[in-house]
Amino acid sequence: MTDPENLESIQQVPFVDYLVLGEHPYLCANECNQCKARFFDRRNACASCFSDEFTKVRIVTTGEVTSFTIVEMGPVPYVSAIVDCEGTPVRCTLIGVDPTPEEVQLGMKVELATYPMGVDSEGTEAIAFGFTPSKK
Amino acid sequence: MGSEDVWIIGSNMTKFGKHPEKDVVDLASEASVSALRDADMTMSDVGVLGVGNLMNAGAGIGQQLQKQIGQTGIPVFNVSNACATGATALRVAIMAVKAGETDVGMAVGVEKLAGAGLLGQRGPKPKSETWEPSGRFGAIGSTEGRIGTNIMPGVFAQVGMEYGHKYGGASFELFAKISEKNHAHSTLNPLAAYQKRFTLDEIMNDVMIAYPNTRPMCSGNCDGAAAMIVVNDSKLQSLPVSVRKRAVKISASVLTSDPWVEGCQVLPDVNTLTRNAATQAYEQAGIGPEDLDLVELHDCFATAELVHYDNLMLCEQGGAVDFFKSGAPWRDGAKPVNVSGGLQSKGHPIAATGIANIHEIVVHLRGEAGDRQIEGAKVGLAHVIGLGSACGIHILEKAA
Repeated sequence: MTDPENLESIQQVPFVDYLVLGEHPYLCANECNQCKARFFDRRNACASCFSDEFTKVRIVTTGEVTSFTIVEMGPVPYVSAIVDCEGTPVRCTLIGVDPTPEEVQLGMKVELATYPMGVDSEGTEAIAFGFTPSKK
Repeated sequence: MGSEDVWIIGSNMTKFGKHPEKDVVDLASEASVSALRDADMTMSDVGVLGVGNLMNAGAGIGQQLQKQIGQTGIPVFNVSNACATGATALRVAIMAVKAGETDVGMAVGVEKLAGAGLLGQRGPKPKSETWEPSGRFGAIGSTEGRIGTNIMPGVFAQVGMEYGHKYGGASFELFAKISEKNHAHSTLNPLAAYQKRFTLDEIMNDVMIAYPNTRPMCSGNCDGAAAMIVVNDSKLQSLPVSVRKRAVKISASVLTSDPWVEGCQVLPDVNTLTRNAATQAYEQAGIGPEDLDLVELHDCFATAELVHYDNLMLCEQGGAVDFFKSGAPWRDGAKPVNVSGGLQSKGHPIAATGIANIHEIVVHLRGEAGDRQIEGAKVGLAHVIGLGSACGIHILEKAA
């Protein structure tokens, strides 16, 4: 069923619809036109000012860890964190870092990263995001 | 408050823990009948019934309870409001009495949770052959672990760590010491699910659930019920002196939800609504935090207790770490907090919690707390928070 012209490109879907894929992936929020409150999920109206008009805005891909926990229930421990991306808090899992209190620090600088999480029966690849310690 | 004051004249809680031989209605009946007896009343006196139960929210536990203790045709309000469910049931009874609809109200909170495991985790989704976006985030799978965490010990760990990032000084050891305090307090409370004193080492080296919360730093799932009878001034005056002298005044009764703040969509903000509720409660009661002789606050996790010292204004803003280090919240300190043992050791049968914490204050104000009595207690505050969120605060005063 594959279109011969598209053999080169693998179909990809983002893990959540606020992750925008491409050469430089980024997270995208629904920003209230009136009060500028930002939401990652679909909203019927603004929780802050009740306006119902939103515009998609790009979230900067670097930030600072303002809180974290290391969840040790289950087979593999993981780090859940809140990252402040220049004023927009983002919830994420930290990747590319050992899930230990020695390696994860409050205030550490991190950046957005994506990774493949698998392929479905039609060959579509799912891409998830996390934040990883900044290289700089 | 404008209208007449409302008084608690009957109060009871079952022992918290495992009750395999009793069902939800048995536990609710036990607490209700005991609270009625404490008030020297029967169901024929009660004009409104508020009943909280979270795990069977659609089952009409209020009506099921009536069938066991007395069907009198009165209005029943079955409520569910996360961990604030019990406080919400009591608010319903208080509001009905204040509104003049009846002179006597009863509130009951009950839960069976023993062995329920970790709360906040969703079950696995049915497997699909292809990626199917669903929900308001258009997620193609469970977000747990993939986009941070939703499990309660993890969420509340982040609440405490966020406070630490903002103000400093909140280490794993500090959080563990808060837990050490509450477990030490529980040894004096025969109704607590766990009455074991832990050393700091034992707490820190126990099984890690969600850093920095180890197992003893998490509230225990267990079974339990609590019930209360409330009346207005006029009714109180008509009651025997034996009831009047044990009456406890409800000086403030407040329930709040989350106002919008930036970031509350990624990490629940348990601070703003608690601070708002506390502000309203102190104003309603004409009482300040400095007047409180004891506080029962919602320590669902050790990391949560720290932030509520600040939210309830028991210390200066940003000063919760110093407040704890001063020894103030120990039972022999300047501002005893969770002398019941708190949720970490008393246990947390969700819908019962919001009445049981008020019961603890009632017992102290009546001077009936036995070995754990805070001597001369005249004023106390009980706080509960349910994620979502709902916050209930009650300030109680001993009868003059």
